[in-house]
Amino acid sequence: MSVPTRTDEQIATWSPPAPQAPSVGQSIPRKEDRRLLQGQGLFTDDLWMHRQGHVHFVRSPHAHARIGAIDVSRAEALPGVYATLTGEEVRGLTDRFPQIAPEPGGSAKDYCLAVGKARFAGEPVAVVLAETRELARDAAALVEVDYEPLPVTLDGVATTQPDAPLVHSEIGSNIGWEGVYEFGDVDWALEHADHVVRIPHLHFHRFSSTPLECNAAVVDWEQGTDTIQILSNNQMPQFAAMFMAPALGVRTDQLQFRSQDIGGAFGLKLTSYTNITAIALLSRKANRPAKWTEYRSEHMVGSCHGNERTFRGIEVPVMADGQILGFSATAFDDVGAFMRYEPLGGVIFSQVLPGCYRFQHLRVDYRTVLTNKTPVGPNRGYSRLQHLWMVERIVDIVASQLGLDPVAVRRRNYIAAHEFPYETPNGCLYDSGDYHAALDRVLELVDYDGWRERQAELRASGSGRRIGIGIGSTLDSGTSNFGQARLINRELQYSGNGEAAICKLDLGGEISVALGTVPQGQGHETTTAQVVADTLGVSPNEVRVLAGADSARNAYVAFSGTYASQFAVTGIGAALGAAKALRDDLYAIATSVLECAPEELLLVGGTLSVEGDEDRAMTFAEIANLVYANNGALPPEIADAVTLNRRFVYRPPFGVPDWRTKSGHLTLTYASQFHACVVEIEEETGATKLLDYAIVDECGTPINPQIVEGQVHGAAAHGIAAALQETLEYDEHGQLLNGTFWDYHVVSCPDTPLFKTDNLPRPSPFTPTGSKGMGEGGGGPLHAVCSALQDALGPDVVVTESHNPTERVWQLLHEPDAAAREGAEVRSR
Amino acid sequence: MPDSVHAIELTVNGEPHEAVVPGRQLLVHFIRDTLGLRGTHIGCDSGNCGACTVIVDGKAVKSCMQLAVQADGRALETVEGLSGPGEEPNDLQAAFTRHHALQCGYCTPGMLMSATALLEQAEELSLDEIRRGLKGNICRCTGYVNIVRAVEDVAARRGLA
Repeated sequence: MSVPTRTDEQIATWSPPAPQAPSVGQSIPRKEDRRLLQGQGLFTDDLWMHRQGHVHFVRSPHAHARIGAIDVSRAEALPGVYATLTGEEVRGLTDRFPQIAPEPGGSAKDYCLAVGKARFAGEPVAVVLAETRELARDAAALVEVDYEPLPVTLDGVATTQPDAPLVHSEIGSNIGWEGVYEFGDVDWALEHADHVVRIPHLHFHRFSSTPLECNAAVVDWEQGTDTIQILSNNQMPQFAAMFMAPALGVRTDQLQFRSQDIGGAFGLKLTSYTNITAIALLSRKANRPAKWTEYRSEHMVGSCHGNERTFRGIEVPVMADGQILGFSATAFDDVGAFMRYEPLGGVIFSQVLPGCYRFQHLRVDYRTVLTNKTPVGPNRGYSRLQHLWMVERIVDIVASQLGLDPVAVRRRNYIAAHEFPYETPNGCLYDSGDYHAALDRVLELVDYDGWRERQAELRASGSGRRIGIGIGSTLDSGTSNFGQARLINRELQYSGNGEAAICKLDLGGEISVALGTVPQGQGHETTTAQVVADTLGVSPNEVRVLAGADSARNAYVAFSGTYASQFAVTGIGAALGAAKALRDDLYAIATSVLECAPEELLLVGGTLSVEGDEDRAMTFAEIANLVYANNGALPPEIADAVTLNRRFVYRPPFGVPDWRTKSGHLTLTYASQFHACVVEIEEETGATKLLDYAIVDECGTPINPQIVEGQVHGAAAHGIAAALQETLEYDEHGQLLNGTFWDYHVVSCPDTPLFKTDNLPRPSPFTPTGSKGMGEGGGGPLHAVCSALQDALGPDVVVTESHNPTERVWQLLHEPDAAAREGAEVRSR
Repeated sequence: MPDSVHAIELTVNGEPHEAVVPGRQLLVHFIRDTLGLRGTHIGCDSGNCGACTVIVDGKAVKSCMQLAVQADGRALETVEGLSGPGEEPNDLQAAFTRHHALQCGYCTPGMLMSATALLEQAEELSLDEIRRGLKGNICRCTGYVNIVRAVEDVAARRGLA
């Protein structure tokens, strides 16, 4: 056998490399930073194709209107206009998008352009392709559409009444899906509890985390190869492919997605497949690439918003010692005009059904309802944060109404550290945590006792100011079992989850990893490099990570993408598996060539050497040369077994949940966050100010603690924004009232407190590295700010809204009856 | 719909440039499409988000709120002028990495240019002044804390704190 040759000099001067310190657990600087800091990132609007035209959508000005004739002749007559496309053409060219809901909700007709009628203001009804961005906009303004306005339905509860106008006449009502989740014996609990607290009404408002980069795509339907090239910032391309391929009548492998840098997504770039479909059709019609970059005002009305949810008839059985037995509630989840990821929200909330608590008797009667508003998308914390907000409101309202200490009620009811893994009444398995320790720590960080003293002093001083101290306990469930979709529609053939990665040694011995994830700022290039580097005994600088979508790399499964707090489990699991498989190849070659046993080998610094006989060694470059360029010299017994190009699919240990009982192992990990905040209220004006803010998070073993803390900060800023500043408001005609950043008040730097944070790791027993997904954060500030307001306002006022701007706080202070709607009441035995 | 066209002369990151621009062209589109400097981003079209911030004659300016013709005779600085590809990041860029002051990176060029102008104009810079000074730039990822820390760090190193 011929071993790759070394010169005598190389052997004489060679010494074994120093062992590389493990990088997992270190806050190494991010690999992606340099290009982004130097203006060299590649976002979708930075990309173009030869001969491309520019796309502009014509959008319905009406929230609900029958569409008559569409006249595109004036637009098409403009020199430089390449093509137009209308809803009627789309009806002939495509099928409706598949629906997740079972019948009757599943009969909704959703096309990439409005067909027959428009169902929300801002819905695309036609689209124009022209030589320049400005010309496309001018031409779109010349498209004439006959509208016959129809009555609108806008209220998430009233829309379920028989007299409400129908958003989709095919469904026969505005209920897209409904189901009852019932565990334990709620009626028994309500009958035997010492107190029953009734909360007639809670309302979680509509907002959007508005990624700073709007949706964008450059699409070329190449007629020669019949390939649809899609450069976009869609955050879950294979999900998009599963909707687009049946609608377009193409094979999924004709849809070739690519992306590089994405300017934030937060779940809101998941449903852009409708726009991409229209652009693909336009590209084919004009036989040229079509480029679209959404304007902010279009994004606000035409992309998607977070879910609005109204809770009615909440009843909470409570024992005299503060033990809460559970709750019963009806939920109306307003998803707007189309169900594009919905009605999955109707099961996803149940991942965290009892919140952080040992509640045993639970009932939620859930309805997904349709209105003439912008469709929703799975905004950060999706469906769980609305539910967890209700759970935290329940805890605070119970404490307030019964005169109990909200901290004591939490301590009394939290799941205890020794109970993990903890099975909830609906079969979910909380993997690890220590909620009591985290609460203690966050109260210490915020100086809870000190603020209680200040609060009492202020109360006595008659200063016209009040302080409220609030707590938010929340969960970030991650790595979903897609089998939960069967709880919505038992015909769906989905279960489990997964992610793919390819780890490769290239021609010169360089290590690269291709991911199926599509990061939007979460630092996947860095954390992947850390895990792979540790596995292969090199520095993270030596690992090139190819993040972003690229269908041609084949590093994907149907669930690939970046969403739902799962990368640290699925993406890292895939990269780790692929790196280990590559390591197997390296060991197979080295043991064969160096004629040693695997346990004799040292893997350090990109070299495999025989321990104690370090002259017998192979560098990665030598191994790569042997496989790629010198395979005549490969030992025959391994020649066909090694590729140095290993694809691995990580698959979490899930089965299929039981659709009959609506229970099962719905999510693999449960990161937790504990927020404590201090709010000051000026009584005369209702103006609020955050005086202090602390967060303790737990997400298993942090791979890169600085990245984890960054995610905690970001999620907290979104929650504070939603609690105090950001709300999407409609008028009675269904017109969005704040559709630009002038009137949609995104939080700015001075609005955000300088958070104090800490992390208390409790490694997950279920995941490859003990890490948990944690990016969504669970909406902690919405809970904590409401909790603080409740604390400041006292038991005579019930905080029933998730959004509490100055005017609402003023109303709670000065017109509490009007503000709190139906308040709360206690019935005691 | 004929566009008027205008000849302009300006310096871009210190280099002289001449161009003929349509009257309706926004400065940000001139920077991105004509100059090919794609680090300057667009986030809102209404002058609120600051992703398009550049420095014109020493002042931070939102380039989506100006026409290209308004840059005639001016000195324009963009993020690409802070350090070029292959060069070491400048002190502010390095501080952003050290403090993890960027995630998706979309707001980052505008944030850097605002912070650059802030640091260059100030003789002293308190924590509150930094926070207020960055009010015109929206970041949706970081919650701002680490951005403030990064700018504070540079201010201290430059003797402004």
